[in-house]
Amino acid sequence: MNLDLSRRSFLKLAGAGVAATSVGAMGFGEAEAAEAAHVRPFKLATTTETRNTCPYCSVACGVILYSKGDLRKGETADIVHIEGDADHPTNRGTLCPKGAALKDFVKSPTRLQYPMHRKPGSDKFERISWDEAFDRMARLMKDDRDANFTATNQNGLPVNRWSTTGMLAASATTNETAWATFKFAKGLGIVGFDNQARV
Amino acid sequence: MTNAWTDIKNTDLVIVMGGNAAEAHPCGFKWVTEAKAHRGAKLIVVDPRYTRTASVADYYAPIRQGTDIAFLNGVMKYCIENNKVQWEYMRAFTNAAYIVKDGFAYKDGLFTGYDPEKRDYDRDSWDYVIGEDGFVTSDPTLQHPRCVWNLLKEHLAPYTPEMVERICGTPKDKFLKVAEMISECSTPTKTMTSMYALGWTQHSHGSQNIRAMAMLQLILGNIGVRGGGMNALRGHSNIQGLTDLGLMSHLLTGYLTMPSEKDTDFETYMSSRQFKPLVPGQTSYWQNYRKFMVSFQKAMWGDKARADNDWGFNYISKLDVPAYDVLRMFELMYQGKVNGYLCQGFNPVLAFPNRAKITEGLSKLKFLITMDPLETETARFWENHGDFNDVDTASIQTEVFQLPTTCFAEEEGSLTNSGRWLQWHWAGGTPPAEAKHDTYIIAQIFLRMRELYKKEGGAFPDPVLDLSWDYADPNEPTPEELAKEINGRALSDVMDPTDPTKVQVAAGKQVVNFSQLRDDGSTMCGCWIYSGNFNEQGNNMARRDNHDPDDTGAYLGWTFAWPLNRRTLYNRASADLQGKPWDPTRKIIEWDGTKWSGYDVPDISPTAKPGEVGPFIMNQEGTARLFTRGMMRDGPFPAHMEPFESPVANVFNPKMRGNPVSRVFETDAAQLGLSDEFPYAGTSYRLTEHFHYWTKHNRVNSALQPEFFVEISVELAEEKGIENGSWVRVWSKRGSIKAKAVVTKRIRPLICDGKPVHIVGVPLHWGFTGSAKKGFGPNSLAAFVGDANIDTPESKAFLVNIEPSTAPKDKELVS
Repeated sequence: MNLDLSRRSFLKLAGAGVAATSVGAMGFGEAEAAEAAHVRPFKLATTTETRNTCPYCSVACGVILYSKGDLRKGETADIVHIEGDADHPTNRGTLCPKGAALKDFVKSPTRLQYPMHRKPGSDKFERISWDEAFDRMARLMKDDRDANFTATNQNGLPVNRWSTTGMLAASATTNETAWATFKFAKGLGIVGFDNQARV
Repeated sequence: MTNAWTDIKNTDLVIVMGGNAAEAHPCGFKWVTEAKAHRGAKLIVVDPRYTRTASVADYYAPIRQGTDIAFLNGVMKYCIENNKVQWEYMRAFTNAAYIVKDGFAYKDGLFTGYDPEKRDYDRDSWDYVIGEDGFVTSDPTLQHPRCVWNLLKEHLAPYTPEMVERICGTPKDKFLKVAEMISECSTPTKTMTSMYALGWTQHSHGSQNIRAMAMLQLILGNIGVRGGGMNALRGHSNIQGLTDLGLMSHLLTGYLTMPSEKDTDFETYMSSRQFKPLVPGQTSYWQNYRKFMVSFQKAMWGDKARADNDWGFNYISKLDVPAYDVLRMFELMYQGKVNGYLCQGFNPVLAFPNRAKITEGLSKLKFLITMDPLETETARFWENHGDFNDVDTASIQTEVFQLPTTCFAEEEGSLTNSGRWLQWHWAGGTPPAEAKHDTYIIAQIFLRMRELYKKEGGAFPDPVLDLSWDYADPNEPTPEELAKEINGRALSDVMDPTDPTKVQVAAGKQVVNFSQLRDDGSTMCGCWIYSGNFNEQGNNMARRDNHDPDDTGAYLGWTFAWPLNRRTLYNRASADLQGKPWDPTRKIIEWDGTKWSGYDVPDISPTAKPGEVGPFIMNQEGTARLFTRGMMRDGPFPAHMEPFESPVANVFNPKMRGNPVSRVFETDAAQLGLSDEFPYAGTSYRLTEHFHYWTKHNRVNSALQPEFFVEISVELAEEKGIENGSWVRVWSKRGSIKAKAVVTKRIRPLICDGKPVHIVGVPLHWGFTGSAKKGFGPNSLAAFVGDANIDTPESKAFLVNIEPSTAPKDKELVS
């Protein structure tokens, strides 16, 4: 879902119409053109707006992402601005010092770009392809599970525990991601499974 | 939160204790400002530091970290002695009248049944007297000497204002002022809200801190009402969601619990969970446990979960310990008993206590997999950064995979806020380079492991091979598919219980909510409390009607709140025994003679007559518990306990250290410091300019707060010869850090048990990656001990020493 026509774009369209009409009617066509030539276009004029929520604290303020390009049209979308969502009942458009700088998180110089691999004892990360990484991780995990799985306890009761590999899930992921992660971890029998709620 | 952020505007008094909402939850705190401006509400802050929340408070009282129970017990005692109790509410809606077994007592800081060897209580006597009819015995006149109310009064007796001052360091006059302000909220038309966060949870008695305030709120009649409640301000955007969905060692989804080895089969497991009512005619909602559990098992294993195999009960792990919580896992790692670890959006090198132990544990792993949008100290724990990460890289044999994930702006789905609103959001940007969604990464590892199990066999492959994974594209389940699975659907026609000839939900259709779930295998549901989030009406989490009839703050048309779109938990308690609102100006729901209705979804059956069914339907009593029986490991009443590392001894039992039933591993016991060597009380906190260890990667936030510091009082600075802005070294029994000293009047020494206590404040936002200057965190100092009930580390109270020092050295400068 996206906005059909936000209040901002409505005002934008309305404002432009009024200016053209009134200036034109007064015979200042050339002056108008000269004015337009040196006024920088409003930076959000051609952006796509998307509703999102702040990923930091649990107030979950509504935010609007402004991007060049529209994901829904299959385009590449580059986020150029983020601001508070005035329609949101909790924050009503406001943001805190963290939320107001959200674009810097999206565009952080230390955003990770590629899967990286560190060999035992090495002093550096090296690029690895996703395919190679997935195969290697699946192999390591399965070997560990097979070698150390506790199928039954001393009374012969099935206990199905894999305690030698653990997992921490992320409390900034969505509920949907969390559910997929839950199925994965509990399905494998990982008992050392927690998230930030514990700490 | 029992209530919502937008509900805080309805309050008369806000108490912020164990949190710092103005800095850590600024836009939520605006609702406090709203209540102050439009209702004339007052704000009280009780905190070791004069925080920015305190700076806008009507009243501020200092307190030594880790002594909140003594303070709150003192307030309860004050309220009871001064007849500041909402009597009708308290009598009807709590277990005050129930009779407790003979034998239960409290003496020398300990309850009956303590075994120092096991560090555990025999909790047998911590229970009600149950009559021959199977129901609890009670004395509604509150005269019986063994009724909960009289035992509570006895328990609170030592917590005089003088005792509070002695333990907490809060001057008596300040304590009394706070107690008086709070006690005014005992009338049916005045309400207090409690806003707390990790300042209460990160203690070895954290659960009891919260319990003490919950009890106070019950005595004042403030639970279930507008502007009231217990409001946990959760730390992350979806920490509520991940807890609800059971991504914890001891949980399944929706607060169903993991079986233990005692649960030898499905029926045994069920027998200890379907609580029978303890009061005649009471609704005990967990009687529906089997419906939720079977539907959950069907969501996990589909057709492979059948009646004849106990719905795949053997596929679920059976715990041999209460939980493989993070402290236990890192202890096992430290002992060399863990080989692999996955960190999805988590940075334990900065988040967990005793960093030296964490790093040593990670160094013993065979492999570590990190998934994150940003660099983390955990992914690079093996990298030497001089003083900032002094490790011997070559000797660390851990193989590390650092996987780049998308961030919020590039993904779609729902997050559950503190007020339990599941809010859907949409992707607005293209992920950088090769960053992938977490769902894709999880699916890929799973599918490849499953393929290996198909080909090679291996250890108990059944739960892996049979895991339900029937997504349109198994390589990347979509958020909608997953949300629908969480909601649940009919697997075969579900018949109407009142008319068995009528189909209630046709096979394949989404259930409307958890009331349609069955225990016969005809329904599946990933997480029962979320059911209703995505039914045949569509994605209710994406609703955006922000109308609020009569400005109650409920916003029923905005997204979806669990359970059943209910905005205020226990809202039945907002009305009296006749079903009329305690405060007509703050009605939530009302009984009209035939049903409950109003501004919110009633937290009771709509036709449950007032006076017949108690409001706390998740308890088998139907009432809220002032006495919590044997349900908490460290006592049925909150009792003062010192932190494990404390500058003063426990006045009730000087030999007792910390929480007497907290688990302490041997190596950690040896690493606990004493106040002669470490005289100062250290604590940790956030700053408003930063969010955990993320925003040091943002240039704006790094410019706002570029450099690590510690805060000390003017008095301590003078005593130690420390200049404002100079370098200091702060060390505990476990680690040492260097920081710039901020000498401030915001922290003042307190007099506790007759001696001055100095506090050292350590903010938590720095590490060795990102745009900010390199620094340290409080976790280098904090002790590896946790809460007795839930094992949350005691990161808010530890002992340190401090001295003038020189700047830390980075690797480049060293070589």
